[in-house]
Amino acid sequence: MLMLVCPYCGVTAEETEFAPGGEAHLSRVGPDGSDEAFEAYLFARANPKGVHLERWRHAYGCGKWFLAARCTATLEVFGTYPAQSKGPPPAVLDRIADRRGAGAAARVGRGAPDAS
Amino acid sequence: MSRYSVFAIVREGLRHHTGWPRAWASPEPRARYDAIVVGAGGHGLATAYYLGRNHGITDVAVLEKGWLGGGNTGRNTTIIRSNYLQDPSAAIYEKSRALYETLSQELNYNVMFSPRGVMMLAQTEHEVRGYRRTAAANALQGVETEFIGPRRVKELCPIMNIDGPRYPVLGALWQPRGGTGRHDAVAWGYARACSQMGMHIIENCAVTGITVEGGQVRGVDTTRGPIGCDRLGLVVAGHSSQLADMAGFRLPIESLCLQALVSEPIKPCMDVVVMANTVHGYMSQSDKGEMVIGGGTDGFNNYTQRGSHHHIEETLRALVETFPMLSRLKMLRQWGGIVDMTGDRSPLISKTPVGGIFVNCGWGTGGFKAIPGSGWAMAELMAKGEPGPLAAEFSMFRFREGRFIDESVAAGVAH
Ligand SMILES: Cc1cc2nc3c(=O)[nH]c(=O)nc-3n(C[C@H](O)[C@H](O)[C@H](O)COP(=O)(O)OP(=O)(O)OC[C@H]3O[C@@H](n4cnc5c(N)ncnc54)[C@H](O)[C@@H]3O)c2cc1C
Ligand SMILES: [Zn+2]
Ligand SMILES: [Zn+2]
Repeated sequence: MLMLVCPYCGVTAEETEFAPGGEAHLSRVGPDGSDEAFEAYLFARANPKGVHLERWRHAYGCGKWFLAARCTATLEVFGTYPAQSKGPPPAVLDRIADRRGAGAAARVGRGAPDAS
Repeated sequence: MSRYSVFAIVREGLRHHTGWPRAWASPEPRARYDAIVVGAGGHGLATAYYLGRNHGITDVAVLEKGWLGGGNTGRNTTIIRSNYLQDPSAAIYEKSRALYETLSQELNYNVMFSPRGVMMLAQTEHEVRGYRRTAAANALQGVETEFIGPRRVKELCPIMNIDGPRYPVLGALWQPRGGTGRHDAVAWGYARACSQMGMHIIENCAVTGITVEGGQVRGVDTTRGPIGCDRLGLVVAGHSSQLADMAGFRLPIESLCLQALVSEPIKPCMDVVVMANTVHGYMSQSDKGEMVIGGGTDGFNNYTQRGSHHHIEETLRALVETFPMLSRLKMLRQWGGIVDMTGDRSPLISKTPVGGIFVNCGWGTGGFKAIPGSGWAMAELMAKGEPGPLAAEFSMFRFREGRFIDESVAAGVAH
């Protein structure tokens, strides 16, 4: 069973309390974006077999969106963090490095996380 | 190679079945082939078969990381129909359904195609309108299908409760020539026919890398050593993104788990296939007597081939209203397959950014029915380097160009 911790209300609950929302950290393309940029934003997906950064909503709790780092091959969750972040926070990256190696952490680390 | 026939059965019966040969050979990989197909599911094997049969290309290897037919081909609920809404879909699914009609004779292998009829229930006014529209589109496309009323639904499937209260049956889209087939036999039959043409089917051989030089494919690395080729077909369903990643491009695909389950075997009670798309459930009865049941996909990216319990619970909870007898049945087995979902819920049969690499994937929750037609179209693409009329619209570049083949609006679930 998949268990997640909502980073806002701190509740630990199982999957049925949450709604999945697909790949995280996609940045929106503006009106002057090229066809390739729109395709990448709307459709092309990393879809990794391994560490995946993804969106979830605490649908039957506080109702807020948040982000999670989870392994798609084992369903192990490395941590959850607020939706306003630009990338996973250090604690989550450390956990990924610990469990899947430094390479896996480097692949999903995207610079310094936003402090909000 | 011996042919299967009534005489062979009598002969073998008289000598205690000691003379049946292996259905396909298990050779060591050669250093290179004219063409390599990755993935020995139905679509990969059918691609190889039609490369030989239609295009005379037999120096072909099919590489499979596990065992033949162990992916979604061996995990699906085997519904075969062709009454899709959009023209490109109707064309390839109807080609496929038509090929299924004579596939057992063609392959000399009993794939147990059973055209028992497929009924898609309309349980909301919205669905009634949608299916009437599909029936009209199918009439123009030459696909035999009709919209029937609730009385006729009850006649065709007496165990059904058509009165609701939550989901009354308002009618159905009925395709009498749709039905089911034996999933393993489809893979085995194609494999045997490929092997007879001298092709190599290599199991326990995972592709781990793809060699590209100057934008052109040169070969693959595998767990059984490197193998060269100039033409490479990626036909790996839920693992398509991994293979694309090895070749350096991305696909518009996400991998989700789709589950199915079967009940204890009971006496014959239902001789059609019923799909109820509003409640995301579908059911048929197997020859062994089990009720074969499937639903919608789980929600999150997943490669584990096991799904979450609450999804099958939802499917059954909804189906019990329409099939009250289900509430007294014990469920025996449940399993999951990793399905490759595209943005418009239609497949890709396509050239890629790398020369010599072709993809066939994105069949998602509904590709068993498409195996013969998809193999036919993919073989043509790999043989000629350009898509034929069946494949042309299924290019992966349609997402950039905005030419979607939007079946998700037509069916919600697409089995
Ligand atoms: C529960 C369920 C119910 C379904 N019900 C229906 C239905 O009723 N009707 C219908 O039409 N469709 C249905 N489908 C969909 C259908 O099963 C699939 O669309 C179809 O079987 C896909 O066939 P394939 O050959 O593309 O993939 P698969 O059969 O999955 O074959 C792909 C193969 O590639 C191999 N592979 C992966 N990675 C590698 C690698 N690196 N190297 C070598 N080999 C590799 C895999 O091991 C696998 O054997 C259902 C699917 C599921 C899961
Ligand atoms: Zn919360
Ligand atoms: Zn509507």
